[in-house]
Amino acid sequence: MAIAPPEQRIWWREPIERVELTWIVIAFLWALFMFFFMIAWHFIGQQNLSPEAYRILPSAYEQKVEEFAKKYQVREEKGVPVVRPPAGSDVYMLGRLWQWWPILELEQGQSYRFHLSSIDWQHGFSLQPTNINLQVHPGYEHVITLTPTETGQFGIVCNEFCGIGHHTMTGKIYVTQKKAETAPRVAQKEERR
Amino acid sequence: MTAETAVGVARQFTSRTCQFTGLRVDVAAQNLIKANAVAAVVFLAIGGLMGLLVALTRWPAVHLLPAEWFYLVLTGHGANVLLFWIIFFEMAVLIFASTILLNARMVMPKLAWFAFILMVVGAVLGNVAVLQGESSVMFTSYPPMMAKPHFYLALILFAVGALIVVGQFFANLIVAKEEGAFQGSMPLVTFGALTAAIIAVWTILSGAAILIPTLMWSMGWLSDVDPLVYKVVWWGMGHASQQINVSAHVSLWYLVGALLLGAKPLSEKVSRTAFFLYILFLQLASAHHLLAEPGLSASWKIVNTSYMMYLAVLGSMIHGLTVPGSWEAAQRRNGYDKGMFEWLRKAPWGNPAFSGTFLSLVMFGFIGGISGVVLGTEQLNVLMHNTLYVPGHFHGTVVTGTTLAFMAATYLVLPLIFQREIIWPKLAKIQPYLFGIGAAGISLFMMGAGTLGVARRHWDITFSDAELNFAHSAGAFLMMGLNGVFAVIAALGGIIYVLVVVGTVLWGKKITSGHKLTFPLHAGGAAAASQYGSHATVKLPGTIVLIAIFFVSFVLYYFINWKYLSELWLFR
Amino acid sequence: MSTKETNVNVGGAGAKSEPIPFMQRLLDSPLLLLFLGVAIPTLLYTLWGVMEVVAIPLAK
Ligand code: HEM
Ligand SMILES: [Cu+2]
Ligand SMILES: [Cu+2]
Repeated sequence: MAIAPPEQRIWWREPIERVELTWIVIAFLWALFMFFFMIAWHFIGQQNLSPEAYRILPSAYEQKVEEFAKKYQVREEKGVPVVRPPAGSDVYMLGRLWQWWPILELEQGQSYRFHLSSIDWQHGFSLQPTNINLQVHPGYEHVITLTPTETGQFGIVCNEFCGIGHHTMTGKIYVTQKKAETAPRVAQKEERR
Repeated sequence: MTAETAVGVARQFTSRTCQFTGLRVDVAAQNLIKANAVAAVVFLAIGGLMGLLVALTRWPAVHLLPAEWFYLVLTGHGANVLLFWIIFFEMAVLIFASTILLNARMVMPKLAWFAFILMVVGAVLGNVAVLQGESSVMFTSYPPMMAKPHFYLALILFAVGALIVVGQFFANLIVAKEEGAFQGSMPLVTFGALTAAIIAVWTILSGAAILIPTLMWSMGWLSDVDPLVYKVVWWGMGHASQQINVSAHVSLWYLVGALLLGAKPLSEKVSRTAFFLYILFLQLASAHHLLAEPGLSASWKIVNTSYMMYLAVLGSMIHGLTVPGSWEAAQRRNGYDKGMFEWLRKAPWGNPAFSGTFLSLVMFGFIGGISGVVLGTEQLNVLMHNTLYVPGHFHGTVVTGTTLAFMAATYLVLPLIFQREIIWPKLAKIQPYLFGIGAAGISLFMMGAGTLGVARRHWDITFSDAELNFAHSAGAFLMMGLNGVFAVIAALGGIIYVLVVVGTVLWGKKITSGHKLTFPLHAGGAAAASQYGSHATVKLPGTIVLIAIFFVSFVLYYFINWKYLSELWLFR
Repeated sequence: MSTKETNVNVGGAGAKSEPIPFMQRLLDSPLLLLFLGVAIPTLLYTLWGVMEVVAIPLAK
């Protein structure tokens, strides 16, 4: 019994039942498969989180983002600049109590070097309804190469508890069609959902 | 039931012999088990109530608490149920497995009482700190958000107490062996408890390593605590403590099978090796909480999040076969040998200790286990990190798995340790079903809401006070409503549990010799063990079917999530 | 399979002089297991993890 010491002095040599052995083999192969699939996805998959990160003073990061926003601002929405950086460039976003700043306008199918950090507490970058979720730390600048695949208007929610205003912390990203330089720079109005 | 003073090989201790199991019960250990179990239930009652309030607030149509209270109560919920309820109960399990199961004595019971008092002080202080309102930092308390010093102090006191008891577990085990209380290897259940104890040591050391500096920071003695280092070390405690739970409740699955069905492990070797895999690798899964973090390499993430090539998951999948397999084998020996499932149909479904254990096994595997592996896959994590999927997953593990297993075990602890007959058996009978259905519901609907992007720890999914508006889909609102409904069912199950326990402890009929239990143990008791093992002849067709269903669900769900992932924006 | 040994519940005396296999002895040694269970996660998880965090370079 499981509640008594094993009855045989040497139990290590007992044979293993066929059912048990079969299941162990299947489960082990499945375990190996899952393990190697994670590695394989780094080669065959298009969604792998970049490990690129830097240590940075929150104030220094804030300054970078402000310069970036000033440089590429195209309009304003509820007091928040809407920033349209050139395709392929570095784009910056910061989380703070309680907003994601600034609003970005990106082009579908273009890759951007997307920088993300916080200047106060930890925040959770949650792009909706796409459902990409990243942890954002103060003092660490995370850089990922991001390529939007769909057009429309996307919300950013904060999904790391960041104090009493946590549920008011939102942001926005617009993704426009890749129509190159000639098309007027207007945000697509198509609501997704 | 007369207390007798027995002459051990080395030391005398006051004990009684259990009339149902024949085990020798050290009275000092028995009293400690009682104290820890009672404390556990008290904090479950407080924490469970808080859980209900949280769920009712997240139910959009009800939206019960104001925001400030919501975050406060949520912090309290996490601390009370995840730390205080679970760990007090685990202390009882550790003491039980290292004394009574071994016919052995409790070493230094006074020290264990001191530890118990430390833990109670810590738990009470923790509640005071949270209720005072300036420590609504969630039980994870990520810096740079700061709680009051006594919040951290409370956790430290609690952990020190727990560490002392864990130390005593080792002492009990070694002394029992030396004094000849048992011969040969320890029983399998004790081995499972040993696994839990080993993981507990690492858990508490990790906690100390990070909470002590954090306390100093909160007192102004340290200028800052690095948020990323904090998270790495803190989750050494936060997640590994969940692995204590897994080891503890798997041990209880074996225990209940033995006591109620006369089950024996199919093979000692296989079951122990599965626990051994836990000891080696289970704790690495702390990395599950750092998959969406900046700056950690893919190699570190993959090695750790996969518990070293999923070897610890292999351990769980083995238990997933050997536990129900040993039950099936036992039931077939008991004469329920017809067809594939007579053994299951004729199982003691009216006994809450069995029904709770069975539900715990099934739901832990299907809900908590599968979602856990998916959530813990390096790339897939990005789909649900910090969404409600995460609480959905862990209510599948720690509520439908651990909590339900502990509740089921309580229906054995009451007659065997408290020696009181269970009061209100009709209520007790339905309790595991009510709580199980409720808990399964909240797990599944939170997972559903998370899949639709709803954030965890979030007061208002309508974002009515946000500058830039955003709206979740109607489906997300539906999920949150259903979550509320099932939370009420779970709370009902929880309330019945607390009432039955309190009622039984205070007013249950005292069990005297010759008493017949309302929920009887397996007739043979310990004597039934003629030989362990399933014999080469026993076939387990029922278990094979169950396992096949499990495996197919697992594989399908795993690939569905890769499909979701492949549809996301591209990032590297 | 050693079915003949069935009712021997005891480890010590007599004919049972066959040495205990290594793995069984390992699984019967709580302190050795404790060492493994603490050392492995400390090395693979904590130390490796903290080293990676500390090695994150400064921003340009
Ligand atoms: C009546 C039973 C319960 C109900 C209705 C319930 C409900 C909930 C809900 C709705 C949340 C909030 C999710 C969020 O907003 O982020 C939550 C969080 C949580 N629950 Fe429960 N729960 C119950 C029992 C338990 C038990 C028994 C445990 C542990 C043993 C547990 C552990 C937790 C933890 C650790 C959290 C996370 C707290 C945090 O995010 O800081 N719950 N629960
Ligand atoms: Cu935030
Ligand atoms: Cu937040």
